[in-house]
Amino acid sequence: MRKFLGNVRDNTLLPFLAFIFAFFIGGIIIVLSDPVVMGQLSSPGKFLTSAGAKIGNSYLAVFQGSVFDVNLSRQSGLLHGFYPLSETIVTSTPLILSGLSVALAFRSGLFNIGAQGQFIFGAIGASYVGFNYDFPPVIHVTLAILVGVLFGGVFGGLVGLLKAKTGAHEVIVTIMLNYVAALFILWLLKTTVFLREGRQDPLAPEVNPSARLPKMLGENLRIHLGIFIALLAAAFVWWLLNRSTLGFKFRAVGANANAARTAGISIPFVTTVTMFICGGLAGLGGAVHLLGTEYALAAGIAGSLGFDAITVALLGQATPIGTVFGAFLFGALQTGGRTLLSNTGTSPDIVQVIQALIVLFIAAPALMKMIFRVKKSFADKSMTAKGWNG
Amino acid sequence: MSLELKAITKRFGALVANDQIDLKVEKGEIHAILGENGAGKSTLMNIVYGLLAPDSGSIIVDGKNVSINEPSDALNCGIGMVHQHFMLVPVFTVAENIVLGHEQSKRGLLTLEEAKLKIASIAKEFKFEINPDAYIEDLPVGVQQRVEIIRALMYDAKVLILDEPTAVLTPQETDELLTMMRTLKQKGTSIIFITHKLREVQAVADKITIIRLGKVVGVTSPSSSKEELARMMVGRAVDLVPNKPPINLGKTILDVKNLSVFNAVGRKIVNKISLEIKAGEILAIAGVQGNGQSELARALVNLESHVEGSIRINNQEIVGKSVRDSLRSGVAFIPESRELDGLIGSFSIAENLILDTHDLAPVASSGQLNKDYIRENAQKLVKEFDVRAQSIFENSSSLSGGNKQKVVLARELSRTVELVIASQPTRGLDVGSIEFVYERLLAERSAKRAVLLISSELDEVTALADRIAVIYKGEIVGIVSSDVSREKLGLMMAGITS
Repeated sequence: MRKFLGNVRDNTLLPFLAFIFAFFIGGIIIVLSDPVVMGQLSSPGKFLTSAGAKIGNSYLAVFQGSVFDVNLSRQSGLLHGFYPLSETIVTSTPLILSGLSVALAFRSGLFNIGAQGQFIFGAIGASYVGFNYDFPPVIHVTLAILVGVLFGGVFGGLVGLLKAKTGAHEVIVTIMLNYVAALFILWLLKTTVFLREGRQDPLAPEVNPSARLPKMLGENLRIHLGIFIALLAAAFVWWLLNRSTLGFKFRAVGANANAARTAGISIPFVTTVTMFICGGLAGLGGAVHLLGTEYALAAGIAGSLGFDAITVALLGQATPIGTVFGAFLFGALQTGGRTLLSNTGTSPDIVQVIQALIVLFIAAPALMKMIFRVKKSFADKSMTAKGWNG
Repeated sequence: MSLELKAITKRFGALVANDQIDLKVEKGEIHAILGENGAGKSTLMNIVYGLLAPDSGSIIVDGKNVSINEPSDALNCGIGMVHQHFMLVPVFTVAENIVLGHEQSKRGLLTLEEAKLKIASIAKEFKFEINPDAYIEDLPVGVQQRVEIIRALMYDAKVLILDEPTAVLTPQETDELLTMMRTLKQKGTSIIFITHKLREVQAVADKITIIRLGKVVGVTSPSSSKEELARMMVGRAVDLVPNKPPINLGKTILDVKNLSVFNAVGRKIVNKISLEIKAGEILAIAGVQGNGQSELARALVNLESHVEGSIRINNQEIVGKSVRDSLRSGVAFIPESRELDGLIGSFSIAENLILDTHDLAPVASSGQLNKDYIRENAQKLVKEFDVRAQSIFENSSSLSGGNKQKVVLARELSRTVELVIASQPTRGLDVGSIEFVYERLLAERSAKRAVLLISSELDEVTALADRIAVIYKGEIVGIVSSDVSREKLGLMMAGITS
């Protein structure tokens, strides 16, 4: 039990310290980038007061924009005050799913850069079933999600199969397939099947109401059932890794492929199946995002989700629970960033700076150790995939 | 030159690697330091050579206190070291390697003439044979080691530290090294000889310091018996030659015919080997490392991908099947490298114990691991195989070498098997663990299993095997019985059969 607690401490301490330190540096950058505050540098007392106020207001605005807004609740009721939280959850949902995809791959020793492409294919599959068919409500949405999972799974499984059969490195293949997916969706949206009637720009029809994920708290808040699907998926990945025989194989190959092979575990099998499941998770992300939030397939459906997913998985130390927290944090930062400019005049780009700093500090455990004088070495914890020869 | 260490203490966290160690090496003395793995020999030598700093204690050279903070200080004091793993550039010549770091140049060009003259004079003085223009990669291991020794002598080493120098040598090369050491001694060079091989210590040492658990437990002379030395080293009486019950042969279990193994670029590593092992016997494959024995062992469980010929286990052909199929046809496989192939360092002992049975009942049912069974299984095996660990949930990487090997043995031997393949099963283990491995392998023999032992240790081969097949350059040069003389076996390992 002591050991278990020790592990929890090690796993959470590093991201936590990175988080604190990133906000600290972010604060300095907020001050440096404000000419008004910097203009007061000649009188230190005034400068410190306004710098403190500036940082405080900026982070308060991020909180207001991502969790709870007092003004909104005064205007239209307590529930509506949580509109920002609903937005955070809506943003986090696809991040959780694509983050799980990357995290699971990490644990099997694979670096899945392809969550972006798998996400796009999931969205394509869900969109087609969603607008092209008519089924009873529950069946329709379930079917659309399953097709999305299958599309993403096949697109990811292809990578695993190529690696298993030919040794093609998954990083190269997934990067290339991301381009394939991005260009394929552009082409697809111009075909008569997908192009919305009367439109010239690449936009598909909205999915039928029977294929949409139901909203949970009324029409005014965008929060939908997708968050439960994402949390269920996280629980599934936890079970897979920690309780199932398949996950045991994954972890064995990820931790020491030689020993796994010597013990009779087939590495080509593990590679293929892992990438299929990872693709399926990212595809589920695409399907849920489309059926719950977007409804209509557009070329930019994935935004930068597939790449944020890598960051989220890193932040979560490649564990399912950590990935969920990482995704919520990123979702909150992104939604909070939107109100930053209007409320305080601080550039919303600061949010991206903070995100980047968090990743940087997590990737440099020795640096965090030095700054915070933590005795226990983070350095011997390795969780990412091995290098090019792995 | 004399070297004296006084009360050297070195701690790593809570572990005291060296505890108040005193050592005195006289001029022209071969001083053996004997101790098990982890006893603190290497730590002590790394302190003397300036690779580690002691927490307390002093180093005295010719009566004067010296401070050695890095290897160059050690060299300036006349202390040279030959590491267990050679520090040579394979594509450079002998002379180029020797001048490395001390190159002389004329008008910007490297000149080796002076160095070659000096090498020749050292070779003459100490009766070495060496060609300064030969490339390192073309030289046998024993000659490469000679290059390392010459390099130390070039920079006027008066005290030479040899760290486990015989681990990589054939018996003949070992004898040559021992002769060389005697010559060096006559010329006044002192040698610190680190080893755990008792025979060599008795053959060459003037004085023996025995270290156990970081402390000097005794200073003795080579006239002490092997049993006495082993007892001091381990701390209790040790069975060096295990008791082998009479042989009781059964049916043929392993039948290999015309087996060839090729490496990734198509070179033949194992050439048309045929052998047969019956239930109840131990067949040893003896040979110097790198003669194809590792590949042969791996091929028997289908870990090699380019294989020709036939391997039958219990009359079942297994060539072309998967690793998993070969293991499940009744083979226990103890791989050469515990850390690389045997265990997953970041997995717990309990998880490592189910590595190859994780998806079979009773370990798993309907795709899910049976946590209770895994825990009980680990508790049982840890007790049965005497694995010393704080808990079965401890990561295997934190175990000592001996305990790691016990985990591998426990996993492989607890399955129902008919053939046991053990590849270098005692490499790097301490005497106590070696004794344990021997007992287990002999127990398998008594239980009427066929055992294939692959080893480069002559003592191990002769103590355990019923028959010995000697491998040289991928071919079996002969199969002899275990009462063969060391000399004959040594010659066969060098490829000489007549």
